[in-house]
Amino acid sequence: MELSGAEIVVQALIDEGVEYIWGYPGGAVLHIYDALFQQKKIRHILVRHEQAATHAADGYARATGKPGVALVTSGPGATNAVTGIATAYMDSIPMVVLTGQVPTPFIGSDAFQEVDITGITRPCVKHNFLIKRVEDIAETIAKAFYIATTGRPGPVLIDIPKDVTDPNVRIPYEYPKKISMRSYKPVEKGHPRQIRKAVDLMVKARRPVIYTGGGVILGDASDELRQLVEITGFPVTHTLMGLGAVPASDKRFLGMLGMHGTYEANMAMHESDLIIAIGARFDDRVTGKLASFCPHAKIIHVDVDPASISKNVKVDVPIVGQVKPVLRDMVKVLKERKTKPDAKALAAWWERIEGWRAVECLRYPQSDKVIKPQYAIELLAKVTKRRDFYLTSDVGQHQMFAAQFYPFEKPRRWINSGGLGTMGFGLPAAMGVQQAFPKATVACVTGEASIQMCIQELATCSQYKLPLKIILLNNGYMGMVRQWQELFYEGRYSHSYVDALPDFAALAETYGHVGMTIEDPADLEAAYKEAFGMKDRLVFMNVLVDPEENVYPMIEAGKGHHEMHMSPYLTAERELA
Amino acid sequence: MRHIISVLIENESGALARVAGLFAARGYNIESLTVAPTEDPTLSRMTLVTHGDERIIEQIVKQLNKLIDVVKLLDLSDGPHIERELMMVKVKAEKGMREELKRLADIFRANIIDVTATSYTIELTGHGHKLDAFLEAVPEEVIIEVVRSGPLGISRGPKGLGL
Ligand SMILES: Cc1cc2nc3c(=O)[nH]c(=O)nc-3n(C[C@H](O)[C@H](O)[C@H](O)COP(=O)(O)OP(=O)(O)OC[C@H]3O[C@@H](n4cnc5c(N)ncnc54)[C@H](O)[C@@H]3O)c2cc1C
Ligand SMILES: Cc1ncc(C[n+]2csc(CCOP(=O)(O)OP(=O)(O)O)c2C)c(N)n1
Ligand SMILES: [Mg+2]
Repeated sequence: MELSGAEIVVQALIDEGVEYIWGYPGGAVLHIYDALFQQKKIRHILVRHEQAATHAADGYARATGKPGVALVTSGPGATNAVTGIATAYMDSIPMVVLTGQVPTPFIGSDAFQEVDITGITRPCVKHNFLIKRVEDIAETIAKAFYIATTGRPGPVLIDIPKDVTDPNVRIPYEYPKKISMRSYKPVEKGHPRQIRKAVDLMVKARRPVIYTGGGVILGDASDELRQLVEITGFPVTHTLMGLGAVPASDKRFLGMLGMHGTYEANMAMHESDLIIAIGARFDDRVTGKLASFCPHAKIIHVDVDPASISKNVKVDVPIVGQVKPVLRDMVKVLKERKTKPDAKALAAWWERIEGWRAVECLRYPQSDKVIKPQYAIELLAKVTKRRDFYLTSDVGQHQMFAAQFYPFEKPRRWINSGGLGTMGFGLPAAMGVQQAFPKATVACVTGEASIQMCIQELATCSQYKLPLKIILLNNGYMGMVRQWQELFYEGRYSHSYVDALPDFAALAETYGHVGMTIEDPADLEAAYKEAFGMKDRLVFMNVLVDPEENVYPMIEAGKGHHEMHMSPYLTAERELA
Repeated sequence: MRHIISVLIENESGALARVAGLFAARGYNIESLTVAPTEDPTLSRMTLVTHGDERIIEQIVKQLNKLIDVVKLLDLSDGPHIERELMMVKVKAEKGMREELKRLADIFRANIIDVTATSYTIELTGHGHKLDAFLEAVPEEVIIEVVRSGPLGISRGPKGLGL
């Protein structure tokens, strides 16, 4: 089969099993767009801004586990995509981004719409390629998918100069069946000796905590994790990226840990004598002050990326490998062991944990005058409980409220930008999820500041009839910023008031969607039911919430797990008692 | 601690930028970096010298290994090894100084590789310390220009760093 470079690009994506591409055309990718036009296997989704193309591909990848694909033109198309690439990079999301480039003879001459996108993205991709010959396209694409999806996943960028896709140059095409690279050999299984060492510590532990993160979701190892929790009876906490690995309703789940984690999760970490970290990277939002992080604990760390291990926190038993096989082996070794974890010690440990849990740190003052953002999420959970439901989020207080108050029962259902914290992520990511699962209910919780960063995608949603439910927790502030200003800058709200807001409901309607504005707490449940009842329509719910609610508990940056600020509501209650 | 690290890396455009970019982005110290293709033209060998405590060096080694283009890596400082650096020094060699400089070069087993009526260019190979010592020995006011390659390293014994 003889194909042109542009046809090879498209055919290779087909052979890779790609169903969707999110993209935006321009001069440098016109040959590729022409080849796309002449086939039916891949669906191209035209976004309204290249940032959204990368976020949508990213959302698709997070929900499905398959790599997301985006296609953008050179120059501004490529630079617009960078935020989405960096977002995927920070959360280890498998993605392949194709960028057009000026023709090879022009590279380096400041040609029209030329940027050195491989140079720009080098620090925020797992790897990138600049293709120089049409003969290299197929293999480069195969390598890109291989690199993006194996080991620690991540985005891979392929820069394709226009002349390489010339429709008049045709060469024989064959897609590589298997890729093997001498310079890249990701680890699969963990070392048996290390796993035995870990089990030695586990059966001796008196105050163990299992701390898991995005790696368990990315590695599709929830079942294995659940088994580990089952046979050990150890308490388990998740990072923001790990939610849903163990069902939130499981008694052994302590909630999220870290800056806005629960009292019981953070106190358990602080008092623990053994931390079993699985697919988590000891981020500073999780550890707080390193000097007072888990002062009494030995640490086991399972991670596929050796560079994650002992990066921030010195680890006692490192296990390099994919979570799934490692957890399988760990469970097997545990089952074969004659010595079991000390049941009495564990019971005593649980008693202390239950004491912390009894504080009910997430309680908030209910109101019948104004909608509390926490209440909005609790109700959302109630209304969507029986649905095949995915929730994406933007960045801010609403994201934290969603993480704290939506009980995720399954992995890949909670989709948010943790590492980069990219405002503007939520809506396009939801588009990617909905495209992957057309029958599922997909909602995006957002803030009035965040939503405006990619609001143009409401047009994409109407073009492709994506019946998303957008829940805007409108507090009139960049709430997360305002909270820090209230707590650490004596209430000087410097530029965190979101003025000149549009009428969001009306705006949604001009895009052809349904808009609602809800102000009264008494109306919210009915409004949700109505919105979720509209199966085929995007409903934009502008929910006016308490403007000055804060997210608690909170550990200030640079403080330890035991130095949590609790909600003033709880503190006042304690003083009364 | 000073570490000297050998890296075998795919001889691709951008590979060097990835290594240099990694050091810049992560704030690692880099004292010297030399790179050239090996006997296998698809591979380059890089020798880099860096400083850092144990934790930083561990991260540097891991982060380098993580680069997709890096094929193999060895921290030479982990075992017995040999280091050599090449230096060329251009000095003012006027009448009164010519003999003195020639003698100095002989003492250090250096070669004079270019001669003019008023200058010598002296070539010297050895451990960095030896090159430093030579520069100390030459009167400062006669030095016109110094160029050093940065160290190259190889482990002692019969084993080699290869594929
Ligand atoms: C406003 C805001 C507030 C935040 N507050 C909090 C907070 O209170 N608590 C909190 O937890 N986070 C919080 N975050 C998120 C935080 O910034 C980090 O993104 C998050 O903690 C990192 O999660 P993780 O450790 O699970 O790592 P991830 O980024 O999910 O990394 C996954 C780790 O697993 C490894 N891995 C990947 N795949 C596999 C596999 N198959 N097998 C083995 N290992 C694998 C990777 O190498 C990596 O080390 C907040 C973010 C924002 C924007
Ligand atoms: C692109 C980007 N710019 C700035 C920030 C810093 N930031 C984090 S949260 C936040 C406020 C978000 O406000 P809003 O979307 O209204 O959410 P709220 O906190 O009010 O729920 C800002 C500005 C960011 N995370 N991303
Ligand atoms: Mg807001």
